[in-house]
Amino acid sequence: MKLLIKGGRLLDPANGIDDQRDLLIEEGIVVAVGNGLNADDAQVLDVSNRLVVPGLIDIHVHLREPGYEYKEDVLSGTRAAVAGGYTSVACMPNTDPINDNKSVTAYILQKAADAGLANVFPVGAISKGLKGESLAEMGELREAGCVAVSDDGRPVMDGEIMRRAMEYASTFGLPVISHAEDLTLVAGGVMNDSFVATELGLKGIPWVAEDAMVARDVMLAEFTGARLHIAHVSTRGAVEIIRAAQKRGVLVTAEATPHHFILTDEAVRGYNTNAKMNPPLRSADDLAAIREGLADGTIGVIATDHAPHHRDEKNVEFNIALNGIVGLETALPLTLKLVDEGVLTLGQAIDRLSSGPALALGLHRGQLTAGHVADITVIDLDARWTLDAGQLRSKSKNTPFAGWTFKGAVSHTLVAGQLVFDRLETGNP
Amino acid sequence: MTFGHKHILGMDQFSADDITRILDTADSFKEISTREIKKVPTLRGKTIINIFFEASTRTRASFEIAEKRLSADTLNISASTSALVKGETLEDTARNLEAMHPDIIVIRHGHSGAPHYLAERCNFSVVNAGDGAHEHPSQALLDLMTIREKKGTIGGLTVAIVGDIAHSRVARSNIIALNTMGARVRLAGPRTLLPTGAERLGAEIHTDMQSALEGADVVMMLRIQQERQGRTLLPSTREYSRFFGLNPNNLQLAKDDAIVMHPGPMNRGVEIASSVADGDRNVILDQVENGVAVRMALLYLISGGDKLAE
Repeated sequence: MKLLIKGGRLLDPANGIDDQRDLLIEEGIVVAVGNGLNADDAQVLDVSNRLVVPGLIDIHVHLREPGYEYKEDVLSGTRAAVAGGYTSVACMPNTDPINDNKSVTAYILQKAADAGLANVFPVGAISKGLKGESLAEMGELREAGCVAVSDDGRPVMDGEIMRRAMEYASTFGLPVISHAEDLTLVAGGVMNDSFVATELGLKGIPWVAEDAMVARDVMLAEFTGARLHIAHVSTRGAVEIIRAAQKRGVLVTAEATPHHFILTDEAVRGYNTNAKMNPPLRSADDLAAIREGLADGTIGVIATDHAPHHRDEKNVEFNIALNGIVGLETALPLTLKLVDEGVLTLGQAIDRLSSGPALALGLHRGQLTAGHVADITVIDLDARWTLDAGQLRSKSKNTPFAGWTFKGAVSHTLVAGQLVFDRLETGNP
Repeated sequence: MTFGHKHILGMDQFSADDITRILDTADSFKEISTREIKKVPTLRGKTIINIFFEASTRTRASFEIAEKRLSADTLNISASTSALVKGETLEDTARNLEAMHPDIIVIRHGHSGAPHYLAERCNFSVVNAGDGAHEHPSQALLDLMTIREKKGTIGGLTVAIVGDIAHSRVARSNIIALNTMGARVRLAGPRTLLPTGAERLGAEIHTDMQSALEGADVVMMLRIQQERQGRTLLPSTREYSRFFGLNPNNLQLAKDDAIVMHPGPMNRGVEIASSVADGDRNVILDQVENGVAVRMALLYLISGGDKLAE
């Protein structure tokens, strides 16, 4: 079975390609890239006036299964993923039971296979039970299919444990993803420590809580030689620490979320619980630093931290609302805003959404030369649409972007050459 | 002229004219509390529920007396008896209250923004009787009433607010209200008790008591919560008292006719010396008395009672 993707503009940042190109796919693999390709026996997908890019990769999502299926499950989460143009997602281990052993990893992968939509790459726990006390069985996690380890949401406060985690993870070639926050400095805060917090009478989380932990983890990566990835960078200081470490040759990569490069803590006004995140939305200066970091490559990855929560978990007093928002279906248009605003080139934007994440976790994806898996996203850059939260594929609707009008929409998503999302078929973006 | 406010959520919703109107109305109500029969029929037939998720003696009693003197039907719900302790959400609590058709809910809640949450979702009027570390508007208004009564004016006065600014809803509301009325506000306390961006609140920041008090017309002392000491914010109430307590000596730095205020409950010997608390400059019980009048005025104005009067 052959598929010819014809007439589109191919943008493959990892290979420096941005030109009119057709793609011929056979058995889920790209077999030819060129102009005016023809194959009599191939099915043809006409993508004239569309942008064809390597399938988007989100290395930070919460699929909530097993344990929290009322918020999301692997099927609904990957349905949201492909609708957002994502062909691969890496899911965090804070499920119930926690993904700190191979049976949970196997369960998630089975669910992903049953869903048959996006590729799912589980992230295993650093520590058993995410308790930060003793190391999880990373060797078996790797064997079962985990691509990294993280105690996401629960920073590893003990320096010795983090040191040994990096050493042990690197034994098995696993990057360590750090949710970097010094909890003793978070001290019960619920939003950015700023004048806005003062005006709202809410307890703040100071930027130093993040910077201090990023500094520790970067130094531990330097010390151990392990591969470190800093999740959801939210502060100027963190960007600067990471940039300096990369210059010294430390193996550290970093991600930023769309909400941290689009919104500031002003969004919390009115006690908007869909603006409650961890790390929190920060100041305009932090936002500017994150944009600079994305532009110069210090932050090579855009990840969503897709965090579905039930309405009842958000429709409460701000102090007790859960952290996070859904992100899979809004990340692409929010990233394209940065292109519109001249912060990133289109090539940089697609790189941070595909090849950058692939590189950070060592996934053999994120490019479209012959021989690569045919994970492909087709984008209509001119489509304008308005987000109706009720139309999200995710089970949860917790987004601060409801009612926003976006430019740019996913038109097709293909995973291993199979069409898994077609916007025309669903009738809405 | 209608009042134009359905809810009383915070001092940031009021113009100087609004505040003057509230204080004028409160002045006219004050006399009712001195009558033999302390009751007028103004809010007859109105139902007011006082729901207090945090302990309160003064504010709760003050609201209840204000309501009763206006002849409203009142009901008190406190945290210990409410369904909240049984795990009910604020939304469900609100919906159940709404089903009983109250006209006004007076709410005190430990979480900032809880009154706003109710106001957005319900039909009744909401009066914020203190939310977290956010606002306590009726307290600020009774403070303004007391200042105006004693000083004749508010604009142009220098007001020193001393103590735990960071965690104080009384301070937040007063800073906003005093700025709106054209007073000069000074904030004083150790840096652990000053909030982030304090300098942007429209106040001078002082980390020593002396400079804060010098030439002040009004000294407003805040309660130091005992639970704040000993951990990270304060080493001890003893040291706090030495550096930030108001006593007869440092009070001399203020103007000769300066008044001393405290929202209560006081920690005698901590933030305020007993001799000052009981001294001739203190207006602390005037504040309490004016609290009833201010709350009567607020309930009257948001009930549209002003239209009845015209």
